[in-house]
Amino acid sequence: MGNLRSSRLVTVVAFALSAWRSRRGNLPLPRLLTVAVLLYAVIQLLSRTGILNGYFMIIINRSLVFVILAVSLNLINGIAGQFSLGHMGFAAVGAYVSGSITTLIFMYTSEQVASIGGNIVFVIAIIVGGLAAAVVGFLIGFPSLRLKGDYLAIVTLGFGEIIRTILNNISVVGGPRGLLGIPKFSNFTNIFVFTFLTIVALRNLVQSSYGRALLSIRENEMAAELAGVNTTRGKVMGFAIGAFFAGVAGGLLAHLLQIAHPTQYGFYASALVLIMVYAGGMGSLTGSIIAAFFLTFLTEALRVGIDQLRDRVGIPVGTEWTMVIYALLLILVMLFRTDGLMGMREAKLLVIDERKK
Amino acid sequence: MDSVINAQQIVNGLQLGSIYALIALGYTMVYGIVRLINFAHGDFYMVGAFAAYGAFYLFNAYLGSGGVLAFVVLILAMAASAAIAQLANRLAYKPLRYKPRLSSLVTAIGVSMFLEYLFSALPVIGPNPRGFPEIIPKRMFTVGSAEISNYVVIDITVAAVLMVGLTLLIRRTALGKAMRAVSQDKDAARLMGIDVEKIISATFLIGGAFAGAAGLLAGMTYPRIQPYMGILPGIKAFIAAVLGGIGNIPGAVLGAYIMGLAETFATSYNSLLGEGIAFVILILVLLVRPTGLLGEKTADKI
Repeated sequence: MGNLRSSRLVTVVAFALSAWRSRRGNLPLPRLLTVAVLLYAVIQLLSRTGILNGYFMIIINRSLVFVILAVSLNLINGIAGQFSLGHMGFAAVGAYVSGSITTLIFMYTSEQVASIGGNIVFVIAIIVGGLAAAVVGFLIGFPSLRLKGDYLAIVTLGFGEIIRTILNNISVVGGPRGLLGIPKFSNFTNIFVFTFLTIVALRNLVQSSYGRALLSIRENEMAAELAGVNTTRGKVMGFAIGAFFAGVAGGLLAHLLQIAHPTQYGFYASALVLIMVYAGGMGSLTGSIIAAFFLTFLTEALRVGIDQLRDRVGIPVGTEWTMVIYALLLILVMLFRTDGLMGMREAKLLVIDERKK
Repeated sequence: MDSVINAQQIVNGLQLGSIYALIALGYTMVYGIVRLINFAHGDFYMVGAFAAYGAFYLFNAYLGSGGVLAFVVLILAMAASAAIAQLANRLAYKPLRYKPRLSSLVTAIGVSMFLEYLFSALPVIGPNPRGFPEIIPKRMFTVGSAEISNYVVIDITVAAVLMVGLTLLIRRTALGKAMRAVSQDKDAARLMGIDVEKIISATFLIGGAFAGAAGLLAGMTYPRIQPYMGILPGIKAFIAAVLGGIGNIPGAVLGAYIMGLAETFATSYNSLLGEGIAFVILILVLLVRPTGLLGEKTADKI
């Protein structure tokens, strides 16, 4: 009941915000905030009234985590024009660091402490996980100073695999069993807030002078350098920032699934995020968001469809078909819509209007 | 150090290196001609292993096990991988030939995933590893302090014969000359009347066939095959090609043997190191000498 009331409160706040928006003119953040709060309220209401059941909420939560992963990879691959194939490696760092922190703390503290300070510890752990991933991203950014295109791709792939191999061999965090018993702190609310903040942060970043510098590196590195852009700083920081958000996503995922396992963060997981970025459009945050949602739901739909085919119709099909279709989809997108769904375009909501400044 | 580097390990390393060399050649040839890292190349090798497996059970009853059967299986494995490579080239890579290079790379990842999951989804193959038959009876003999099986001899010989054949093809024939021309300058080659698409097709066919041969040899030597078996050897062979200087054919062979030896030594020292040594080598090469051991320096054009 209390939750229902709080959702109503959120709706009221949303309307108040939209009123504020019309008085203040088209300030982009309140507009985006309004949409986000409305979206949150609608989903929360549907969930509380039971229209969206727990299963749907799990998929929505997963989609939101993938939104963070996709937009942060888009910063590295789409905006800065680098090529990272090891994005899940960053997520793994975030997942293991934040997961270890919360698991350790709540192993030794009483229930009461957990209920009072739990969420604060959780947020701090997620951020520390993100920072750890950023440090790794900073280090991985260095090869990008000397390498381009496919060489960089293979180095980042290698780094991702090295991270996975190391995790597989550290027995303190479970080795090949994975890190088990992570407390379940992630819920729709905090995942939604983190996703929103990520989108806002990346939108602001991309449309700042720093983001323009990254775009210029993508278009022509030498010209950018000659125009006075610090390309070294741009590329390394692009990697570090992208890695930070990937680490945050990893942390959220670990606290959602209550496990962090090396196989979750292998090359194919990175490839899935890559598919989202390419299907949505390189350089378009909007595209990444749409593609992350669409593809996460598609994966679930395919899984359910395949289960139905097997159980009801009796055709012996394995779950691998999901990935077959996924791979085929990737090839078809690349062949027939090389620029992805959105190309370079952004939804109006995510564009900061220059004229209003 | 005596326990790590000894005759036995050197033999094992050369054997592994031969398999890597066959895969690395396909990588380096395709890269040299179309500037594409063909991520699916490791999966062509997997296809070769499965084709060999199927061919063995198809012909075992007629030919018995022995040299003739092994030869037929080798030819079929090479043909199957070459066919898959050509199919991937025609359907997935050709339409993107003049689009940005990274889109071909992403497509190659797609092709790779497609083959792996298709093979593990097909009911006749399935995701579980299966044992590979002994096509030729295995025999062991002792040379000095090393135990050598006849498989070592077969692996190294087959790889050597194929590599010599490739060298002759590239140095002596018109096709080889055309391939060298296309790898130097595609547009100039086209102006000279070379059908570039035909040369690219030939490259994929040869590269695929070599991967198929490697698949058979690997299946015989490490007798376990499964749909994901191509991923790691594929990446390691690619790293070998980069180590030798990508696009450079002798470089790929040199890199592959260095890689095979390094991996064998590292594994016998520490298994974790064995898993990671390939990437350590890659990162060192790219940081110290990005063009590889035998690669030529290219200046940045403004």
